Amino acid sequence: MTERKRPVDAVIIGYGWTGAIMAKTLTDAGLSVVALERGPPRDTSPDFEYPRIADELKYGIRGDLWQPLANETVTIRHGIQDTAVPYRKYGSFILGNGVGGAGVHWNGQLWRASPEDLRLRTHIEQRYGKRFIPADMTIQDYPVSFEELEPHFDHFEKVCGVSGIAGNLRGQIKPGGNPFEGPRSDEFPTPPMPPIQVARLFERAAAELGYKSFPVPSANSSIAYTNPYGVRLGPCNLCGFCERFGCFLYSKASPQTTILPILTDRQNLEVRTNSYVTKILMDRTRKVGTGVTYVDENGVEVEQPADMVILSAFQMHNVRLLLLSGIGRPFDPVSGEGLVGKNYAYQMCSVTGAFFSEDVEINPFIGAGAAGQRVIDEFNSDHFDHSHLGFIGGSLIYAGGTGGRPIEQMMLPPDSPHWGGGWKAAIRKHYRHSAPIGALGSVMSYRDRYLSLDPTYKDAHGLPLLRITFDWHDNEYRMAAHSAGKMDEIVRAMKPEKQVTLAIRSGKHYDTRVYQTTHTTGGAIIGSNPTNSVINRYSQSWEVPNLFIYGASSFPQNIGYNPTGLLAGLTYFSAAKIRDTYLKSPGPLVPT
Amino acid sequence: MAIPPLLDRRRLLLALAPTATVLLTGAGACTREAKKPAPYAPTFFSATEWAFVNSAVARLIPAEGAGPGGIEAGVPDFIDRQMELPYGHGAYFYLKGPFINDAPATLGYQLRYSPREIYRMGILAANVSAQRTHGGRFADLTTADQDRFLQMVESNAVQFSPVPAPIFFAQLWANTKEGYFADPLYGGNRGMTAWKWIGFPGARADFTDWLDQAGRPYPYGPVAINGARS
Repeated sequence: MTERKRPVDAVIIGYGWTGAIMAKTLTDAGLSVVALERGPPRDTSPDFEYPRIADELKYGIRGDLWQPLANETVTIRHGIQDTAVPYRKYGSFILGNGVGGAGVHWNGQLWRASPEDLRLRTHIEQRYGKRFIPADMTIQDYPVSFEELEPHFDHFEKVCGVSGIAGNLRGQIKPGGNPFEGPRSDEFPTPPMPPIQVARLFERAAAELGYKSFPVPSANSSIAYTNPYGVRLGPCNLCGFCERFGCFLYSKASPQTTILPILTDRQNLEVRTNSYVTKILMDRTRKVGTGVTYVDENGVEVEQPADMVILSAFQMHNVRLLLLSGIGRPFDPVSGEGLVGKNYAYQMCSVTGAFFSEDVEINPFIGAGAAGQRVIDEFNSDHFDHSHLGFIGGSLIYAGGTGGRPIEQMMLPPDSPHWGGGWKAAIRKHYRHSAPIGALGSVMSYRDRYLSLDPTYKDAHGLPLLRITFDWHDNEYRMAAHSAGKMDEIVRAMKPEKQVTLAIRSGKHYDTRVYQTTHTTGGAIIGSNPTNSVINRYSQSWEVPNLFIYGASSFPQNIGYNPTGLLAGLTYFSAAKIRDTYLKSPGPLVPT
Repeated sequence: MAIPPLLDRRRLLLALAPTATVLLTGAGACTREAKKPAPYAPTFFSATEWAFVNSAVARLIPAEGAGPGGIEAGVPDFIDRQMELPYGHGAYFYLKGPFINDAPATLGYQLRYSPREIYRMGILAANVSAQRTHGGRFADLTTADQDRFLQMVESNAVQFSPVPAPIFFAQLWANTKEGYFADPLYGGNRGMTAWKWIGFPGARADFTDWLDQAGRPYPYGPVAINGARS
């Protein structure tokens, strides 16, 4: 029997970054709010305490902070005619779980999009002509501009205590920063950390080649810092247990270290953990959301009525819940009709392993998810002339090194013995003297790349898994080859004894076994009208105006940057409109 | 403006955290691992399986040459203990059917088996196969034949059923590396010898003193989660 809870003003599904932002916004406005989180409660103490968190096997390999795939995973296939099979073990991407979501175990690379990324189709058509965009590429503009989002990017950076150097301050190009970024209204709130050794070598090589390297914008705070909400972050010590781990030092921005502390005592907010939402409920008109159904930690089915529904789970889960709830028309790649699930995209990563002589001390264990890293943006977005290159998009190229954790991150030249005495000698020779340089590249959206419900496989509750249909297209092979070529050239100038560049070559299929990136996007995209999108510029469902959907599910195509800055900017932009307009007069915020 | 109590607690923890690190890495701690641990009695592996695991690990990371071998580092003990944990039982994986056995390799693991089952069936298949190709169980072969046989397993040059040889090999090698490099907490990496061999400082996790020393060799040895130093 379903238990029915007392109605509240708003229910939040998923208590990660965007759920926390909306919990603050709505409780600030005096609403009664229930936040439902599928995973357990988690906080810095006791869950991420030193020394227990410095455990590579438990957190970095087994993934004790990740969503347990045994209960729910996704299925994946390469083409629309194929049969999808389950993603049975972690590989290509990592799903978050619990309070804070993937915001607990991210790297903290906090980027904004480039201005042209937000008006991509128009920009490409104007610069290169309409025919430059392949017929099956379904990219589109965001219905909101960089200038409109800028105050919200700025605010989120201040919430997170982001370290960096401004490259474009109110239109003035500044030395040491990213000359390609859109104009910032303010400096970064905290200064960058000094470069780790691989980043120093990268900086020098990039300068020799005439590129302008700069510190990766880092939500691993470099100093003790108090954010606009009065929450304190501490300085990062480059501990090497960052991405895949919770931060024991309160340095890496996460919902726990930036927003949740001020919500803890709010009487108008209740957080229910281990609560797995199975459906968004609708009234008979199917134009009004009336709440949600979830399964609580005792396995009891509960109905939570609410006047407003905030869908703020991970990108894939947002799309799955829309499909499970029958909200919107599922996208059909054959007819091209329907919108839910449309424009799934990913990112294409390349890496160069640089193997130095034994007198070059890389100290690979000194590192963080973002702090101490250096990057160039010359070959990203439309910062370079694509007219003779035959592709759209690009990559940022960065010198990272996030901890040299030996089970996962041991790098050896491919001609080293796989095992045996030769392997044992090779790990000694290379471990302290090698480093990865990476390229993180955009992926466009296509008619035959989308999300739907799997017809066969079910989760622990008997509900269909989400099915991903995805593979690379020629545009991305070309993009990756271009980025990898530039990266290879920079690494050569770093003068390693040996270097090996791994890029996804033309014709290779998407390989789900290898970790690439968790930056999955699309499926509930943002757009200018109900015929091209699931949500409007304020992240409001066109079809169900009291439903708001947040996260990278809104991206119409992917960018060559880490997505958290953009998705948080879109969330704060929506939050301001809800506070100023919607709560006074609920209804569609964009006329149709 | 009143500061919520949580912020006070946070500030306190913040102040304490580096101290805790110093204590753990400080000169006072001297918990050394015993030089000669008592022989480990396996819980999961049978005697025949245990002989296989020990002889395979001894070839995957041999004792010969400089640096610790897998046996000396306690890798077989680590693997046996892992088999009794949720990982060994497959609790980390989605293992619901149907199982499609002709899916592209790029879509990842598609068998129904837990790591325990993979060892049970893989070791049996390996011994049967070694008997056929080299005239004895794996553990009884010469080390040169063991190396040749493992190469055949890795490269799918021997037929195993129902667990394909490369899948069995991949699990064995992954667990071997885990046991070599994981914190000693799990029974492998005994005495942190594998960390010392490569120069990884383990759970030290505080490089504040090296932020401005990039490029200079880091001078301190490893520390384990339980505070042991080496």
